[in-house]
Amino acid sequence: MDQILGNIGLLFEFPVVNLKIVLDGIMVGALFALAAYGLALVWGVMNVKNLAQGDFVISGGYVSWYLVQNGFPALLGVPIAFIVMWGIGWVVYKLVISRVIERDLFTSLLATFGLAIMMAQILNLLFGSDTQSVDLGYDVLYFFDGFIDVPIAKLIGVLMASALAAGVIIFMKSSRMGQAIRATAQDARAARVMGIDTEKVYAFTFSLNSAICGAAGAIIVMVWVIQPFYGISYSIRAFVIVTAAGLGNLPGVIAAGLGIGALEQYGAHIFGIGYQQAIAVMLLLLVLLVRLIQQRRNRQVLK
Amino acid sequence: MKKLSMLSILMAAVSLTFSQASLAACDEIHLGSAISLTGKYATNGIHAKNGYEYAIQKIKENGGVMVDGKCYNFKVTYYDDESKGDRGATLAERLISQDKVQYMLGPYSSGMTKAIAPVTEKYKIPMVEAEGASRSLFNKGYKYLFAVLSTSEQYLASAVALAAEMAEKEGKKASSVKVAIAVENDPFSLDIRAGVSEDAAKYGMKVVIDEKLPRDLSDMSAILTKVKLLKPDLLIVSGHSKGAATAVRQIDEQNIKVPMIAITHCEAADVTGKFGDAANDILCSTQWAETLAYKDPLFGSASEYEMGFKKAYSEYKDKKVPYQTAQATAAVYVFKDAFERAGSLDKEKVRDAISKTDLMTFYGGIKFSAAGNNVAKPMVLRQIQDGQYNVVAPSAFASHKLNWPRK
Repeated sequence: MDQILGNIGLLFEFPVVNLKIVLDGIMVGALFALAAYGLALVWGVMNVKNLAQGDFVISGGYVSWYLVQNGFPALLGVPIAFIVMWGIGWVVYKLVISRVIERDLFTSLLATFGLAIMMAQILNLLFGSDTQSVDLGYDVLYFFDGFIDVPIAKLIGVLMASALAAGVIIFMKSSRMGQAIRATAQDARAARVMGIDTEKVYAFTFSLNSAICGAAGAIIVMVWVIQPFYGISYSIRAFVIVTAAGLGNLPGVIAAGLGIGALEQYGAHIFGIGYQQAIAVMLLLLVLLVRLIQQRRNRQVLK
Repeated sequence: MKKLSMLSILMAAVSLTFSQASLAACDEIHLGSAISLTGKYATNGIHAKNGYEYAIQKIKENGGVMVDGKCYNFKVTYYDDESKGDRGATLAERLISQDKVQYMLGPYSSGMTKAIAPVTEKYKIPMVEAEGASRSLFNKGYKYLFAVLSTSEQYLASAVALAAEMAEKEGKKASSVKVAIAVENDPFSLDIRAGVSEDAAKYGMKVVIDEKLPRDLSDMSAILTKVKLLKPDLLIVSGHSKGAATAVRQIDEQNIKVPMIAITHCEAADVTGKFGDAANDILCSTQWAETLAYKDPLFGSASEYEMGFKKAYSEYKDKKVPYQTAQATAAVYVFKDAFERAGSLDKEKVRDAISKTDLMTFYGGIKFSAAGNNVAKPMVLRQIQDGQYNVVAPSAFASHKLNWPRK
């Protein structure tokens, strides 16, 4: 308790710390938002709740890490991870996801849960259980007497994440495929009647999700560290963010991603870093409670 | 001259056939081990297994284990515990009751050892382990558990003594040293924390940060920000290889200036290879280093052990042989020595012989307390100096001088 009070005291004693915490939070939140957006896409379009979301992220990280080990420039890892994970996503869709789309909630949850375990273990067998990271070797920018540090690598990562998010938004708004995806999300049957090949849309959506995750993972490996079993922490955050923001609400997903990033950093500062992830889960509970109360107010009875 | 060389070839041939004959004549002593070959401990589990196998091979090449005039070789049945405690306990049961294993080698990590020890204890199976350092293993009154490594609360405690020494050199009181502790919330790291805070309390030092790292740590900037604000003189980080990697990376990024930083698992995380200069002047604790002057007749000196091991396992060619491997080898060596002194394959006699072990090895002295932990070997602190791991403490073994304060 003393420590918690002391930590809160530090926030007021050194106000610049707040800025640092928010900045750190936004940088990590941008990547959570990417993974969450992919989840929202798959969830909204095909009603599959992908528990392997975080493992796609980590796989993308390993693709990039592997390339760097073989002499590729690290920044190239992001587009290549995007492409490779697109392919892997397509294969996974054809092998597993296409068989569970029409089934009930549990089947898809179980299937993707199994997928998550398998992917983590395959990564472990391929690359070993050591933590890995890619060091870009760029400088770090310091502000406020070196109090705020912004590694250029992190900056590049966030910029890449924003560029990717913007690209996906424009794609969904203006391309034919984007329209078809949105149409399928609204009403798959109607979309089929109107001549949209929903099977193709599903495959495309899942591959796109996997590719987004892959790119996010490739950014993560440049800035933080990855390990085959880290997927779950990204999955949890993605679920929290999507639940908080709602499906099909892209600005909401981004805002929630950044917000959770910042709140987690605050939680870590005040309660200790061990509670960082607990903060995310507490938020999920809060959001669910609020949603429940909101719905109760609107609940109506058919006579 | 020619005659002489002919003779020597002949002699070599004779000795070769002779030794082959003796190899073939050796019986087998069957050991068992449930060890992590997959899951989160896989990397170190495999290091340990390689250490076991190297020792077995080396013993075989040197005439095997002589028990009561008969020669034996070790053979180990391994099961993969998937880094899960319940699985480890089940597999230990299976090794003992189905495979009829009478002697066990330990698993990797304290947690796994803790899961298996009650089983070996129940069946009165002697287990020599090399990878479980938690002190809670040695206060349960186990009679059949022996560990060749130093217990975990000793790991970074020597950094506290070193910090006190440096403060006094500067003309300050040891009690003026401020300590920051960030350890993972697992038994091993909590022991390290206990050891450090105990020693810090002894000197009257103040612990200004005391935090637990989560299991899936990839970002510790929150702690490091506090370090910046509170300016401790000693920073302790223990969180297996992810803790080491994250700490070294972010200490550099956030430009943290702490006079002394001590962490565990430097090699496992390959901090020098991955982060280069960022790792300089960080202190790493280790059970063993190949530069130490320990020696034994079977494996030679510590550095000879390293060379021999690298020759046998080419995947270690470009990196340091981890201490996890060396201590695994030492565990097998303890068994060989105990079997030979016991002069019998009876597991009770072997247990008694193990408990009386007083052995000097390439890994350090081995002598067990009544609780089963090794009391003959101290922990070693090394500092990363220009990418090299140089032993700086305890000063009796130190090959290099400490760089202090860290820049």
